Amino acid sequence: MTTAVNQAMVEKYKGNFLKEVTDNVEEGSWVKMCMQCGVCSGSCPLGPHWDHPPQELFMMIRANKREEVLSSTSMWMCTSCYNCVARCPRGLPITHIMHGLAHYSKRMGMKPKHQPTEQFGQMFWDNLTKKGRVNELKLGLGLYFKDGFAEGVKVSMGKQKLGLNMMKAKRMSPMEMLGGHGVKDLSGFHAMLKKAEELEAARVGENTDAK
Amino acid sequence: MTDVVATNQTIIVVGGGISGMTAALEATETGKQVILLEKRPYLGGRVSQLYKYFPKMCHPTCGQEINQRRIKMNQNLTVLTQAEVANISGNTGDYTVSVTLTPRYVNNHCTACGECAKAATTEFDDEFNYNMGKRKGVYLPNAMAFPQHYVIDQRLIGTAEADAAKAACKYGAIDLDQQVETLDLKAGAVIFATGWKPYDANKIQPYGYDRFANVITNVEFERLMDPHGPTGGKLLRPSDGKEAKNVAFIQCAGSRDKNHLAHCSRICCMASLKQTNYVQEKFGDDGKSTIYYIDMRAIDRFDDFYQKVQDNPNVSFIKSKVAKVEEDKASGNPVLHGVDTEGYKRYANQHDLVVLATGMEPSVDFKGFPVKIMVNDEGFIEQDDSNGGIFAAGVASDALDVNRAVQHATAAALRAVQVVNQVAGA
Repeated sequence: MTTAVNQAMVEKYKGNFLKEVTDNVEEGSWVKMCMQCGVCSGSCPLGPHWDHPPQELFMMIRANKREEVLSSTSMWMCTSCYNCVARCPRGLPITHIMHGLAHYSKRMGMKPKHQPTEQFGQMFWDNLTKKGRVNELKLGLGLYFKDGFAEGVKVSMGKQKLGLNMMKAKRMSPMEMLGGHGVKDLSGFHAMLKKAEELEAARVGENTDAK
Repeated sequence: MTDVVATNQTIIVVGGGISGMTAALEATETGKQVILLEKRPYLGGRVSQLYKYFPKMCHPTCGQEINQRRIKMNQNLTVLTQAEVANISGNTGDYTVSVTLTPRYVNNHCTACGECAKAATTEFDDEFNYNMGKRKGVYLPNAMAFPQHYVIDQRLIGTAEADAAKAACKYGAIDLDQQVETLDLKAGAVIFATGWKPYDANKIQPYGYDRFANVITNVEFERLMDPHGPTGGKLLRPSDGKEAKNVAFIQCAGSRDKNHLAHCSRICCMASLKQTNYVQEKFGDDGKSTIYYIDMRAIDRFDDFYQKVQDNPNVSFIKSKVAKVEEDKASGNPVLHGVDTEGYKRYANQHDLVVLATGMEPSVDFKGFPVKIMVNDEGFIEQDDSNGGIFAAGVASDALDVNRAVQHATAAALRAVQVVNQVAGA
């Protein structure tokens, strides 16, 4: 399912995906600085599990492979270990570019289906924005039950001891199940988020207006 | 006391490597008074530690010999070895250079007969071989050393061994009472030909130079080929003395890297291409080389050399900056990990020996220089009018190969000659 904004971006950049990434993806302007040495790909601890290592993603961006890049699972695999950033001879903030690409693919409605990192990210955001504080009990349970009820019960039973220990150590309260704690000025917090969303929509709108 | 005449029409050249020798000779052959200062006990610098030059694959000793002969023929050139600049003051046409001379404990009666060394026993790390071998405390630094005089290591002074060496000398050439001296020399122009040092490979943590015996640097590889070197000219790897028939070269080890040297060191591509020839020279078709590179920079006419190496079926090229080196415990073989840019394939390749193509950094930190000169971000001296009568020659100005360093040194000599000509009112 692609979004309207995706159509607008395709219209606007007409086959210049590098420019699109430069303009719209967080830290995307660094992509053109990559000299294809490959030290990031070789240094990534999850490297063997990616479809495309960072260096290849950067080349695909330059080669206009918009569809393949934005629907790739690769950037969702980044665990933010920063090994690539530490070693990149040109100082590219590769970790941030990966997160930027992941976010952009989601916004364009091109994220891969059933990607656990993406699912958890959304879950975390929904949980956090409700009360302004993360409800760890609900978040944890939500994660356990994301693959269905039977699977959820199985995982929960497995984690029973951990949960009890956390309660004993007062790191988690069962009362969180009933509403849970939040920020003092909840309506103010929501107003802030709304404003941020408006600003972001305006920024994207500005970028997609044909000029 | 060392007696040196210097006026404000004198040109002082600091550094007696290939650039310094060239600058000094070019200047003195125009009739100028020149003093050449060298920190080591001999001239020739890092070039004298190379086995062969690219692209002609000839021995540097040849050019060294020519330069030594030129030096001997020029009465206007004074060479001071074991001499270091302590301070410099003044302006164009009127500099004073303070020089510290550390004693050699051997005077010029020395005939290099070697009897003194036979009387000595204690051994020290051999600097000429990048500490890969040992030398005695009484020693000739290398076979081609100029001046061809023995040296007594400072650390032997006051021992019975030094006295034994003195007693062994039939020519009265050993003087154990020599002291450190300081000279204040006048000069109209000063040329810095202070050269380079290999980038410290210990700083490139993922390549394990500090941890794995079979990871060495390109300058060390040169010493392995020298018949006078630590292995007697055999390509043997350090861990077990096995013949290194399968050699990996890692390019840009510390160069073109924001975490290390930001600049391209320019020589390392050609140096590694040259060194693949060494592997062939020793083992013929049994010798295999693999070059891991970002991109090969063989400029101008060097491209012919590059193409010749590319045509060699025993040399492979892998376009990839190696991510890390590990060691196979059983064999001691280094294992190279990375991703190939041509196809994005992950590899884990074993080799007998890894040679890091380490880059060049300036050997002197000019940032705290006593008189104002322009130094760029990489630490090299920039050519600038505000430098007055101070000039850089060779690698003090930028990462250069021998050919370009010599050209640059000739240019520096001409600039210095112009300054002293103005002083003389010519």
